[in-house]
This record gives sequence, C-alpha cells and structure tokens, in this order.
Amino acid sequence: MSATGIGASVRRKEDFRFITGQGQYTDDVTRPGETRAVFVRSPHAHAKIRSIDVSAAKKMPGVIDVLTGAQLATDKIGNLICGWMIHSKDGSPMKMAAHPALASGKVNCVGDAVAVVIAETIAQGKDAAEKVKVDYEVLPAVVDPAKAQAKGAPQIHPDIVNNTIYQWHLGEKKDVDAAFAAAKHVTRLDIVNNRLVPNAMEPRAALADYDAGTDNLTLWNTSQNPHVARLVISAFIGMAPEHKLRVIAPDVGGGFGSKIFIYPEEVVCLWASRKVKRPVKWTSDRSEAFLTDAHGRDHVTHAEMALDANGKILALRAKTIANLGAYMSTFSSSVPTYLYATLLSGQYNIPSIYCEVDAVYTNTAPVDAYRGAGRPEATFVVERLVEVAARQMGIDPADLRRRNFITAFPHQTPVIMAYDAGDYNASLKKALEIADVKGFAKRKREAARHGKLRGLGYSTYIEACGIAPSQAVGSLGAGVGLWESAEVRVNPTGSVEVLTGSHAHGQGHETTFAQLVSERLGIPFENVSIVHGDTDKVQFGMGTYGSRSGAVGMSAIVKALDKIEIKAKKVAAFMLEAAEGDIEFKDGKFTVAGTDKSAAFGDVALNAYIAHKFTGAELEPGLKETSFYDPTNFTFPAGCHICELDVDIETGKVDIVNWTAVDDFGTIINPMIVEGQVHGGIAQGVGQALMEGAVYDKNGQLVTGSMMDYTMPRAHDLPSFHVGLTETKAPSNPLGMKGCGEAGAIASPAAVINAITDAIGTENIAMPATASAVWTALQKSQAPKAA
Amino acid sequence: MYNFTFHRPTTVRQAAGLLARNPDGKLLAGGHSLLPVMKQRLAQPSALVDLSLVEGMTGVELKGRSVVIGAMTRHADVANSQVLKDVMPGLAAVPGSIGDPQVRNRGTIGGSIANNDPNADYPAACLGLGATIITNKRRIAADDFFTGMFSTALEEGEIIVKISFPVAKKCAYEKFKHPASGFALVGVFVSKRGPDIRVAVTGAGSNGVFRVKSFEEALKKRFSPKSIEGMSIPATGMNADIHASPEYRAHLVAVLARRALAKANA
Ligand SMILES: Cc1cc2nc3c(=O)[nH]c(=O)nc-3n(C[C@H](O)[C@H](O)[C@H](O)COP(=O)(O)OP(=O)(O)OC[C@H]3O[C@@H](n4cnc5c(N)ncnc54)[C@H](O)[C@@H]3O)c2cc1C
Repeated sequence: MSATGIGASVRRKEDFRFITGQGQYTDDVTRPGETRAVFVRSPHAHAKIRSIDVSAAKKMPGVIDVLTGAQLATDKIGNLICGWMIHSKDGSPMKMAAHPALASGKVNCVGDAVAVVIAETIAQGKDAAEKVKVDYEVLPAVVDPAKAQAKGAPQIHPDIVNNTIYQWHLGEKKDVDAAFAAAKHVTRLDIVNNRLVPNAMEPRAALADYDAGTDNLTLWNTSQNPHVARLVISAFIGMAPEHKLRVIAPDVGGGFGSKIFIYPEEVVCLWASRKVKRPVKWTSDRSEAFLTDAHGRDHVTHAEMALDANGKILALRAKTIANLGAYMSTFSSSVPTYLYATLLSGQYNIPSIYCEVDAVYTNTAPVDAYRGAGRPEATFVVERLVEVAARQMGIDPADLRRRNFITAFPHQTPVIMAYDAGDYNASLKKALEIADVKGFAKRKREAARHGKLRGLGYSTYIEACGIAPSQAVGSLGAGVGLWESAEVRVNPTGSVEVLTGSHAHGQGHETTFAQLVSERLGIPFENVSIVHGDTDKVQFGMGTYGSRSGAVGMSAIVKALDKIEIKAKKVAAFMLEAAEGDIEFKDGKFTVAGTDKSAAFGDVALNAYIAHKFTGAELEPGLKETSFYDPTNFTFPAGCHICELDVDIETGKVDIVNWTAVDDFGTIINPMIVEGQVHGGIAQGVGQALMEGAVYDKNGQLVTGSMMDYTMPRAHDLPSFHVGLTETKAPSNPLGMKGCGEAGAIASPAAVINAITDAIGTENIAMPATASAVWTALQKSQAPKAA
Repeated sequence: MYNFTFHRPTTVRQAAGLLARNPDGKLLAGGHSLLPVMKQRLAQPSALVDLSLVEGMTGVELKGRSVVIGAMTRHADVANSQVLKDVMPGLAAVPGSIGDPQVRNRGTIGGSIANNDPNADYPAACLGLGATIITNKRRIAADDFFTGMFSTALEEGEIIVKISFPVAKKCAYEKFKHPASGFALVGVFVSKRGPDIRVAVTGAGSNGVFRVKSFEEALKKRFSPKSIEGMSIPATGMNADIHASPEYRAHLVAVLARRALAKANA
C-alpha cells in the first residue's frame, strides 16, 4: 500500500479551502447586476387564498418585480414532481397532487411560498414582502399521519380521498398469517419514527442567471445531483430545453438527503431571472430552512414478530403510515416503500414477511429521504422487535440474534433483496469483545452506586446501498436509472482530471477518488483532480445519496481507467516498438515483457497527444476515456453497534458512556474518512434517539422552528466511539466496496433505545427519549431500584 | 432588520439623554438577546444606544463585603475574574454556564438582567444572593427587581450601571440545561449568608425567577441537602412546553436544590 493509495488515511485535500474559509458555496458566487429574491410565505398550515394584492409592494424602494403563482401558471411553468411511481395494492397508481412552485388558490403548509419579491437588496425585499397583502380563509389542518385518513379529517388536495397517496404492500400475507397462527411467541410493538429536520450547515441557496444574448439559463444551487435537477427542471417543469440550461452545484455544505430534491425556490429564481433579465439570488435563512427543507422519517408503525419456542423467528408483519407532508417531494414515494419494507428481514433468516404502507398527505413540510432514508426506519422496527422478543423470552439478546443470523450467501429474503455477502457473526463477535460485554454486569453494579441505571443495547443492522442496477429500480417504479458516469482525462503532462457524476458535499471525494486514480495509474496523488457538480463539464451523472459514490461512482472510474490502460498500452507499443500484447503496465511504468525497455506514464501521455510515433490511421491521438457503469446489485453494508449508557435516576438524563461500532463496508479506500462518516452517522442517530423531533401543533405551526427549540446533538453529548471493521467484499462491483455514509444513522437509534429500555426496565419508550421523557417513563415503571 | 440610528455615548448621562430623545430607542449591550429579535424583524427600535464605550461600566471589584460588577462586564470576564473566584466561586460559575464562548465573550450581566428571560441564569444568582441593582437613578433590591417574564422594575430610560452582590460564605448554582437552547430548563441558586438563606429558581416558573420559601425555612435548621430530603414544590405555576411538563420542572427544582446544597457545602 502506498502512502496515498487505496487503504491509506490520506488527509482530505478539500479541507484546506473549507477550513480557511475559501470554499465557494452558492451564496459566495456573485453575478453582475444580481438581485435578491424574498419569498412571501404562508403563516397558515391550511388556507384558501382569496386574493393577493401586490400593488403596494411593487411601489416599495428597490423593488424590481413581485410575482405570484397566477403568473407562473400563465407562463406555463410546470409543477414539481415526484419521480418514483408506486402502485397501490389494488393496482392503481399513486395519487400525486399538483405542486406549483408558488401556491395558487390554496396553501397547504406553513412556509408555502405564495409570492416572491425581486429587489435590489434583501432588506428592501423584506420590506416589500411585508406589504404583499394576502387574504386567507383559514381551514382546519391535520398534521398527525395517524389522523390524516380519518373520516372528517381536513381534505388537503381536492381529488385525493382521505389524504391517501397510496396503500402499498409487499410480501405474502397468507404465509405470514399462517406462521403467526402457529407461533409459540409473538412480540408486538407500536413504534413512532420521529420526524427530523435535516439542518445541513449550509442552508439551501439558488442563483439563476439568464443570458438574453444566448437565451441560456445558468443555475448555481445547493444540489446533491445537479444533472437530475437539470433534467427535471427542463423536461418536467419546462423551464428551458436541457441544452439551454446549465446547473452548477459548487461547494455544498452538507445535504444528508435534503439537497437531492428539486425545490420551488430554484424554479422561481430561474423563472424570475428570465422575467427581470437580471441574475436572481436566494439564500435560505435558518428559519426558512426549518419550514421548507424536506424533513425526514415520520412513520407510525405497528409491528409484530412471530417466534418458535427456541427463539427462531418465523415471520414478521408491519403496518406503517408514512407522512409525506403537504406535497410529494422528488423521491418521497420510494422512501417508505422500496427503501424500507425491503430491509425488514434485517440480518435474519425470516421465512415470511408482510408489510403494508399507507402514505398520506398532511399540512406539514414535505418529507423525503434523509440520511438512511427508509433503512433507519426498517432497522428500528426489526432491532426493537428482536430485542424485546429476547427479553420477553428470557433469551440473551445477542444470542437470539445469533440463532437467526443469515450465514449462507447469496440469500434471497422474502422482501425482494438478495444479500450477496456478509458475515454477521463476525461483526457481532468483534463488537462484543470491543464493548467488553462480559464486564457489563460489574459496570452496572458500579453505576448503581452512583445513582445511575446502566443499560446495554444492540443493533445488528443491515442496509442496501449503492442503489442499483437501473433495470431493477426501473421495475420498482424509479423514473431514472441509477448508474454512474466517469470521464478520465489524461493531460499531455501526465496529470489527470476525473470528471464524475457523483457529487461531494462533505464526503471527501476529491481525496478518495484521487487515491484510487493514484494507485491504479501509479502517479502521484497530487497529480489528480476531481471535477464534479457542473453540467457543462460532466456530461451526465446521478449524484450522491444512498452511500452510492464509492460502490457506483468509483466503479465507473475503475472502468474508465481500464480503458485508459488499454489505450495507453497501444501508445506505448508504438513508442517502444513492440507488440501491444507484450506491453505490461505496473507502478506507473509501461514495460516490454521480458526486457528492460520501458516508458513512464507521463511519457506515454505526452506521446498520446503529440502523436509523432503513429499515424492517424493506426491510432487516434489523445488519452481520454468515459464509462457509464451500472452495477449488478445493491450492496449490503452491515454490522453491529452496541450502546452502553447511564440514566440518572433523579433527572432521567441519559449519558452515553460507551459506543462500539463494528461495520462491514467491504473494501475501504480511506479509513480516516470512513471513520469520520461513521462518527457523523452515529451522532445523527443519537440525535434522533435522544434529542431531535419536529413538533407541529394541531394548527400546523412548527413549534420546533429554531435551534432554540429543536435539539441538535452537540459534541459533548457523545462519547469517543470505538470503531472496528470486518470485511467481506461486495461481489457486485469491481472494487468490492459497500458504502459507509449512512450506516451510523441507520444503526444507532435502535441501539440507544434498546439500551435505555434495558436500563429502566420498560418495554418501549418513544423517540426522542429526552430526560423529561425518560423520567416520566421511570415514574410509570415499577419502582426502579438503583442497587 | 429594519433601519435604525446608531449612537455611541461615552457617559451614562449622555446615554440617558439619548434615550430621552429617542423614545423608541433601545440600549445595546452585548446584543445577544436584542440583535436576534431585530434580525427576525420582531423588534424595531428607531435608535440603538450602544453602551460599549461608556466609562465605568465594566469590571469586577470587591468593595467591603460585596462584589460589585459593572453592567457591561462580559460573561467571560465575570466567570474568569480571580477576585470573584476567590471570594465567591459559586457566583462565578453562573456566567460560566451561559451559552457558548461566543455568547460569553459578548453577553453582559446588565443586558441579561434587564432582559429577564425566564430561562436566564443571572436572575437566579441575583435573587439567590439578594443582590442590589444599581441604576443611574436608584438602587433596587433583587426581590423587587424581577417582576415577571421579560419584565423588570426598570422604568423608561433607566440604565443599570452596576450590580452589587453581598458575599455569601456558602453559595452554589446548579443548572439543568434546556436541551436545545442551553439556557436553564431549571436552575437553582442557593446561598447562606449568616442567617439569610436563599433558594432561587429560574427556568421553571411561568412568572420568571422565584424563591422557594419552604426550602429556605427548612434549611434554617441546617444548610444541608438532608434538610429538604423528601420535600417538593407544587407543579402549579410551573412552565409547560414540549421540553418539560410542570411536574418534571417541579421535580427538578427539588433535585437541583439538593445538588446545589451539596456543592455549596463541598
Ligand atoms: C446562542 C445564545 C445562547 C445563550 N445562552 C444563554 C444561557 O445559557 N443562559 C443565559 O442566561 N443567557 C443566555 N443567552 C443570553 C445572553 O446571556 C445574552 O447576552 C443576555 O441575555 C443579554 O445580554 P446582552 O449584553 O447581550 O444584552 P443585549 O442583547 O444587548 O440587550 C438585552 C436587553 O437589555 C437591555 N439592556 C442592555 N443593557 C442594559 C443596561 N445596562 N441597562 C438597562 N437595559 C439594558 C437592552 O436594551 C435590551 O432590551 C444566550 C444567547 C445566545 C445568543
């Protein structure tokens, strides 16, 4: 292993500019004559718009224009769409309501944009926005997904009965019911997977610039997938033909899923820029972010597990209501279906599984993919059920898991997924050692002497990442393919640029991708640049989410590098006057087999461009190759997390004292970056379990609309993590990579809740398990004894 | 933020004069409570009278048997004051528990007290020590100063100049942080100065900071957690929100009072 090759913990190239404040984020980009967009947003969760009067606002200083939904419709700007088709049990397609970028006629959640002011400055825009008079007729609202389908619930979209988008199912109900009827033991749980606000550090932003000379539109935006944004804005929204629209997602400060989607604000900025013939910029403030970024999770589930007398799992069934909010966001339909129910087998050999999912509209912000997307919800259901079942049956929770682990691969689950590689016993065993579970009883007694209830919780999770192949996701309803592209450009001096369709917004691609190229071509790490995030540079790409950049994006680079080697060998053959088949490539050197005749990579690159050693008829000049790579399967990262924590008996406060994470991510390019991803993921999962939770009151007002009320995890809330690895290679891609971006967030909530319930001796506690919630639970549980 | 005029007086007199001439004006201290509400357009002062250049409003001094703190003294400077750490570490711990380093380096004791946020820390210390708030017009006892949520005995145009804390032999503050904001979900300050025993609570009450007379009474026998073992306060009058029920807040008052007493005696 070289100091900068695969497996080396190389420091991140990109951090210098980020840490020294020299990153170029969308808001840092300025265009001559730039104007600012300020949105007028609904203060009501549900209301009819009787009228909008913009006349006073238009007369305010610095105002260039004030635009409304009516003009948007006149200009035939299309609605935002959800790009994944789900069919209900009865075969009918999902019911998607219109989602105009500016509300017309009706608002359906607080923060819904009803008008936009285009002004010289933000302050002038805000002054004018206050003068826009909107006459609302307030309607009753529904925010709770469990109440959205009730008779008499407020009807949100006119043609969508009972606010129900689809009633989907997966699995064989008959088999499951039979297994339950014959089971020795049944465990039942009611689970709420709490709604989360993503809170990326960089708020969303958009800058649109219309060039009247060329009729071209350029959009800088905070996107995880600029090409998909361009496709949707062009093909569905009809803003401009694809070749007349350039989307640039420069440095992006975190996304966690929330920046995958196409949002109203970027559509409005593009449209407004063409109308006012000046660049239009909008940067969300934190309050707007709370209200309008797509939220995550928000499931209400009843789940049951059937077991035989030996603790062998026979079947699992679940009924989930998923809150999709006021409108269907870009990929919202897929999250509670194919990214959720397909993972309900966990790491276990479960003969039959049946899951029903109703997706509903409510008067809340749209809900879509958020770090883990569906898989944290599935893991939480499975790992809570397993833990509770073990306790009810008096079986050690680790042992019950072991009895049910899948040990032979490939393994076809009853819910679509075919696991191709893994070793679940290995990660459990290693985690038990690192966490010193043997010494737990002693530590628990010691904690009790200090007024603390100590608990231990496991989560042996699995996820499906690198979502692919395209044909498979197409058959499940995806509107797009899920391959990735790479273009490797070798310069005449031998340095390399890689253009990738993946998009980095914190993951460190500029480093890991360069490590791969450095190792493969035997050239210095510094000689490799990674280019991404610009539709004029990268031809097409599917972006970054679902832990796919390694397994899919880097695999595309591998394929392009293979082609580079083939072409370079041809060039070297001419240079070295040898047969192409005799050229060997190793450590950056082309050698004629069995001789000491060789050429360095840089010389070959130069010769490819000066083309003095071959004719055009013999070989095309240049050294540039492209690959579009489509994997053969999802990847299946898996592992075991163990959380050990103390509950303060007097206050209910939870302190995590020990965290063990043993993950199998397949091949690892940069262990330091992987560890960082695991740390961040655990922090987010602990945030969900202990602190975070978006709360709407019954009128649809977001009570947790700022950092003063929405609790984000802080560094001091977390211990130092003990991170370990096991490795089975993913057979579905050439590098054997599985993906690590979401694992922490998927695994950790169940580990925390399993540990808390272990500590306080209750079966269940809702997330977020705040001190006050734990204390309240302690009051109800049978007089807890510390000693 | 709306437009405003900005003034930088150098004396308390000038500052008072500017306030008199700008009835919709506001004093600006650290700006950590005022500026956020202005940015959100929830406050629209016509003028800001910045106190940062006014002489004689900063510093921590031991004067006889009192510690006198200038109203413009930043939280960090109070927390790190050697004078204070020597005579009353229990008080120094209060600003030490506020916010984060940025907040502590800007926020001031005068601003905190004038603002009287129901979850702020300093009000508990003022009431818990029986401090005197000294303004450009008069001296106000802490018992009379805090009149309810975000409201004080200050009159229009009145400026806090300094706060005088009698030195208590035993005192301590115990704070249970609000999970999101880091303010006090509940904070309890206890002190014993000769026969004067005080237990002051912030964060919990729906009417702002208050004293727990029943605990004070019980502590007269012995200033020790044992003396209030098993005692509680009623949940009525406690705040209720998504973060804590009145019952939980009332329960925390007793727990934190016992812990503060243990700390004060340590
Ligand atoms: C992120 C964050 C976290 C925080 N965490 C905490 C916490 O944990 N605990 C806590 O107690 N506080 C906390 N605060 C509040 C902080 O302590 C503020 O600094 C303080 O409440 C106000 O002080 P200031 O100097 O910033 O006053 P300013 O914001 O400048 O003024 C506040 C008000 O007081 C008035 N005023 C200021 N000085 C005087 C004076 N001398 N005489 C009369 N009126 C005056 C002003 O006109 C204004 O109305 C936090 C604030 C932030 C932003």
